[in-house]
Amino acid sequence: MIHSPYVRKPVSVQRTMGLVLLALVPGIVAHVVFVGAGVLVNLAISTLTAVAAEALMLRLRKRPVGIAVADLSAVVTAWLVTLCFPPIVPWWLTVCAVLVAIVAVKHLYGGLGQNPFNPAMIAYCSMIVAFPALMSQWPPAGQLSFDTQLSLILGGPRDIDGITGATALDALRTGLRSGVQTVDKVLEGSAFGALGGRGWEWVSIGYVAGGLFLLAMRIITWHMPVAFIGVLAAIAGLFWLVDPGHFASPLFHLASGGAMLAAFFIVTDPVSGATTPRGKLLFAGGIALIAWLIRNFGAYPEGIAFGVLLMNMCVPLLDMKTQPRVFGHRHDLEGGGK
Amino acid sequence: MIGRLFKFHGGIKPDAHKNESAGVAIRKAPLPPRLVVPLRQSARAGASCIVAVGQKVLKGERIGEPEGFLGTAVHAPTSGTVTAIDSCPMAHPSGLDTPCVVIEPDGEERWIEHATPFDHHTATREQALAWLRDCGIVGLGGATFPSHVKLGRGSGIETLILNGAECEPWITCDDRLMRERAADILAGANILRELIGARELIVGVEDNKPEAVAAMQAAAAGTAARVVAVPALYPAGGEKQLIRVLTGVEIPYGKLGGDYGVQCFNVGTAHAVYRAFIHGEPLISRIVTLTGNCETPGNWEVAIGTPVEDLLALARPRTDTDRYLMGGPMMGFAMPRLDVPVVKGTNCIISASPRLFPPAPPEQPCIRCTECAKACPVELQPFELYWFSRSKNFGKAQEYHLFDCIECGCCSYVCPAHIPLVDYFRFSKSEIWAREREKTAADQARERFEFRNFRQEREKAEKAAKLAAKAAETRAKLAEAGPAEAPAATDAPAAEDPKKALIAAALARAKAQKAEIQPQNTDNLSPQTQAEIADIEARRKVLEAVAATPAPQAAEAAAAPDEPRP
Ligand code: SF4
Ligand code: SF4
Repeated sequence: MIHSPYVRKPVSVQRTMGLVLLALVPGIVAHVVFVGAGVLVNLAISTLTAVAAEALMLRLRKRPVGIAVADLSAVVTAWLVTLCFPPIVPWWLTVCAVLVAIVAVKHLYGGLGQNPFNPAMIAYCSMIVAFPALMSQWPPAGQLSFDTQLSLILGGPRDIDGITGATALDALRTGLRSGVQTVDKVLEGSAFGALGGRGWEWVSIGYVAGGLFLLAMRIITWHMPVAFIGVLAAIAGLFWLVDPGHFASPLFHLASGGAMLAAFFIVTDPVSGATTPRGKLLFAGGIALIAWLIRNFGAYPEGIAFGVLLMNMCVPLLDMKTQPRVFGHRHDLEGGGK
Repeated sequence: MIGRLFKFHGGIKPDAHKNESAGVAIRKAPLPPRLVVPLRQSARAGASCIVAVGQKVLKGERIGEPEGFLGTAVHAPTSGTVTAIDSCPMAHPSGLDTPCVVIEPDGEERWIEHATPFDHHTATREQALAWLRDCGIVGLGGATFPSHVKLGRGSGIETLILNGAECEPWITCDDRLMRERAADILAGANILRELIGARELIVGVEDNKPEAVAAMQAAAAGTAARVVAVPALYPAGGEKQLIRVLTGVEIPYGKLGGDYGVQCFNVGTAHAVYRAFIHGEPLISRIVTLTGNCETPGNWEVAIGTPVEDLLALARPRTDTDRYLMGGPMMGFAMPRLDVPVVKGTNCIISASPRLFPPAPPEQPCIRCTECAKACPVELQPFELYWFSRSKNFGKAQEYHLFDCIECGCCSYVCPAHIPLVDYFRFSKSEIWAREREKTAADQARERFEFRNFRQEREKAEKAAKLAAKAAETRAKLAEAGPAEAPAATDAPAAEDPKKALIAAALARAKAQKAEIQPQNTDNLSPQTQAEIADIEARRKVLEAVAATPAPQAAEAAAAPDEPRP
């Protein structure tokens, strides 16, 4: 017997995931235009791997394959993995990363909705630990031909110095660590555009556009992007004001690396994130804080992924401690019925 | 006085589908060949039968005497002959039987000598409440709570709210009633207001019923009553939600409006009160919306006890109708059978077709998108409750306010994973009630057992003392009478007889106690809670059946080891 309600909003997990994919498109287009079309090859590789791995795991776990593959959640994971990786990583690295995300992080924890960690971020962290060199070779925007990109992806010889430049974040760190340069000096280098890495800022703008679309479609709420961007800007701004010689500006931090991708697509992963309004603010703010700390003082140039994983661990606590008050229970706290 | 409106959290805007049935004026439904009048109009309002088979009854004649605190009287909806007094199936999801008086109408509609109007100004409050009870007045919004109980203590209520929100899709019976009988409704509402001692009367109507708002406003012109159009947002017609919107007061679970100086009645109830006080008529009919997949949707004034199948004929359901929903699509239920009578709480019957109400898509895993939490008017976290319910972690579920859930269905409505969240909550609630009941019963049994042991020990000791005293006395007497009779000969029976008596007494006591040790934990609950338990118990039967045959997904989940989140 079927119970009330007998009407349902025409929504589905598939629609939600589909809208997330759609929202990634502006960023991908910017990526193709300003950085190179290699990313498309990697997207294809990761998508195929993810779908295959998803189907295989579902079959092994004796779950209905069709409906779960059709929910597109694996494709979203695949795209996020690729988009936070350098676009010229060899194909096998992408395959490994996606397998880690889908098989280990998602299905070994019980499948969609069960994983306490963000699959794309586990993939990122494990790969940067295992293959630090490959994971830090970012092509300078628009300087590699598609053929070169393709050959690199297919495992061609990597003439590191010739083909890849340091990312803005990377260069900044190395420059500052050497102790002789200041932020201004480092940023004079040709690798950097008006805001962060040259050309890459357009990709960031693309992600922002997609994120605003998700907000408008009410797929995500404002809490996480606002808290993430706000905290990152605030702490970066504070230190930059105090010592602009050694700390980059908030704008630089926001436009660099995966900040915008993270703000709207990574931090906002519903499954592994906090769920209450206050929990979401704390969660995203915490990630921003950890990311900034790692960027400035840590061993890796980009700290968002580690921030996400650390905060993932806090989610049960955050959720528990920030339960919203229930209708009529306000007076429990404030001593009045109104 | 222009009051500002307040908001409640969440809410949804499903398609209203009011136009189908709202356009036509209320028509009087013809009498069916047989009326089946339940003596118990709901789980809460009981009555005992005072007619016999073969007896002639007149329209409005009392056939059921109110029983108990929550009981209300039951009346013959028309004149005719009582042909049977029997247990009949009810329009309840559980389809449980209830004692009913079956009346064959004689078609003459002869009223019992019409009672004169009841003037509540000259009567005492108790008399007025008794009149309500004797007229069988219960809440007509669907909850059928006895009005004389709800009017309660008659002090401390500032505001009476009249609920004309009618937020459930498809239903228009209150809409039509307000359009056509606004003045009567307000007259009834004013009687209620005076009985309850309230100063203020506010009528809340959803703004998707402009005609009803206009009619009520016209009727209220020049009086102190305030008619307010509230934004159409399901479940704005939930009692506590409407009180919140109109007054800003939030009434938590387990509390009644009366505790906060507000009380709320449905517009239909106010109309019934008007009929009872001004015309001396008991509640024997109500307005029912027939709508959905049918040729002639509309609202009908229906005699209580009219079998649903007879009534449905008036709406002419289309051939592809596959089931009938009683109540609205958000909180109603699919009727297990149609040979059940219209009762005082029956507000709407929807003919459902797969086109209008497509089957729910398969359940998917929860992605913790919090859509459900955003929609919940009680500000719960339904997905958390879902995890706890699924893992049968009922303690946690209660900690997260499971019992505050009003089962409005907003969460199920918005869930992209198509999880029937409310079903999980209903199941958990009924499980918890059942466990509480068992536990309380066990506790009481243990206490009684321990007390009995103690008492028996004490009695034994007392008896032994008495016996010893008696024996000593006898011996003394015997000694006085002389040594001719051996003391041993009289001593033995004297000791034996009391022993037998003791055993007999113990047995009798044990029997009595056995009869006593019935679960009585509902004794000191509020009437509302008792009624809720009764409702839940009834639903539980159905849910257990569902739980026993889970959906493929759920079965599979059950087969796999539980995978709780860390
Ligand atoms: S709406 Fe459904 S999928 Fe989303 S959090 Fe609630 S239960 Fe989970
Ligand atoms: S059914 Fe319960 S949990 Fe769901 S939205 Fe309504 S009150 Fe909230």
